[in-house]
Amino acid sequence: MKAFAALVAREVRLAWTGGGLWLPVVFYLAVATLFPFVTGPDKALLARTGGGILWIAALLATLLPIERLILPDRQAGILDQLAMRGWSDELVATTKIIGQIFAFALPLLLATVVGSALIGLPEAQLGTLLLGLALALPALSGLSVTIAALTAGLSGASALGGLLLVPITIPLLIFGAGTLSENPGNAMQLLAATALAITALSPFAAGAALRAGRT
Amino acid sequence: MSSRQAPLPSISVDNVAVIRGNRIVLRGLTVAARSGDIIWVRGANGCGKSTLLRLVAGLLYATAGSIQTEGRIALADENLALDANLTVEKALMFWADMDGASADARSAALADMDLQGLAQVPVRFLSTGQRKRASIARVLTSKADIWLLDEPYNGLDSASCARLDQAITAHVATGGIVLVAAHQPPSINLAHSLILDRPEADA
Repeated sequence: MKAFAALVAREVRLAWTGGGLWLPVVFYLAVATLFPFVTGPDKALLARTGGGILWIAALLATLLPIERLILPDRQAGILDQLAMRGWSDELVATTKIIGQIFAFALPLLLATVVGSALIGLPEAQLGTLLLGLALALPALSGLSVTIAALTAGLSGASALGGLLLVPITIPLLIFGAGTLSENPGNAMQLLAATALAITALSPFAAGAALRAGRT
Repeated sequence: MSSRQAPLPSISVDNVAVIRGNRIVLRGLTVAARSGDIIWVRGANGCGKSTLLRLVAGLLYATAGSIQTEGRIALADENLALDANLTVEKALMFWADMDGASADARSAALADMDLQGLAQVPVRFLSTGQRKRASIARVLTSKADIWLLDEPYNGLDSASCARLDQAITAHVATGGIVLVAAHQPPSINLAHSLILDRPEADA
C-alpha cells in the first residue's frame, strides 16, 4: 500500500514539475475567457451556452497531458522496473489514473468555479456543472491514460490521441450537456453510469496497451 | 557461510528461441547459473545479449523453450529508470521505498559507487559515467539476488570499473548471481563466459 501511494504521489509530482498540472487549467480558463470575446457580452447567451463550452473545454484539456503520461516512463525504463517488481500493468495504469484525478481532475474542478464566473454562468447551474464534471473527470482521466498507453512511441501520437479521444467522449459530452437542461435528472444518471463504466474499465484497457507496447 | 535463506537464487534458460519480427534473435540457447556465479555474456552487436537479459528479467517472452528463475532480479540497462528532476538520493529513495530497502542500503549503494558527492545533484545534470554509476547504485539498493547488467562498463572510468568489479565480487560472495553483457571483459576472475553467436538474419 505504501508503494502504491508512492507511485500515485510520483504521478502528481511529475504533473506538477512537468507543467501537466497547471497547463490544462490555464487552457481551460483561457477558453472560458476567450469565449465571451467571440459571442459578445450577451449575458443571456452566455448563461445558456457557457456550461456547454466549459464541458468542451474540459474534454480538450484532457488531451494536453497525454504525451507525458506514459512515453517518458517507457523510455526511461520505469515501466520495465515496475514490471520486474511484480506490478501488473493494470495496477500501474490504476496509479496513473488516480494520479491524474489528483493532478488534473481536481484542479479542473476548482478552475470551473473561476471559469463559470468568467463566463457569467448562473449560480444555480454551477452546482449541476460541478457535479457533472466531478462524475466525468475520473472517466476522462482514465481515457487519457489509456490513449497515452495506446499511442506512446507512435509518430504523431498527440494528433492520434485527439482523434481517438474525441469520439469516445461523445456520450460523456451528450449526457453532460443534458445535465445542464431544465430536467437534469435522467441525464445525470446516464452520465454517472457511463462515467463509472469508463472509469472502471480504463485500468484494464490501459494495462493491455502497456503490455502490448513492451518491446 | 552464506546468510541467505533457501532457496538459493538460480537461472535456468533451456533451449530458448526468440524471434522478433522476421528475425531470429536467439536460437537453442541454454544457460544455467547457480548461486555465486558470474556470467559474462558476450558476442557481436545484435547477437541477443540484451534480449537474453530482458528474457531473464521477465520483460520478454521466449518464442520457444523455457526460462525459470529463483530469487529477486534487478536490471541495469541503457534505461536509467531514475526520475531526471529528482536528486540522485531522492531518485534512489523512490526505488528503495518500492523495494522496502532501508536508508542504510541506499547510503551504502551511494558510497559503493562513489556518489555521495553527487547525492544532492539532480539526475538530469549527471554525466554519462555518473548516470551509469547511479543506475548501478539502484541495483545495489534493491538487494536483489540476481543482477542483470547490460554494458555496465560503458562510460565508466577505471576507478569506477574497479568499484563495480568490487561490488560484483561482494555480491556473488554472498550467494548472488550476476549476468554481465559486455563487449569488454570485466577485470574480475569470471566463473563462466557465455558467447552468443550471431544468429541467421531471417526466420
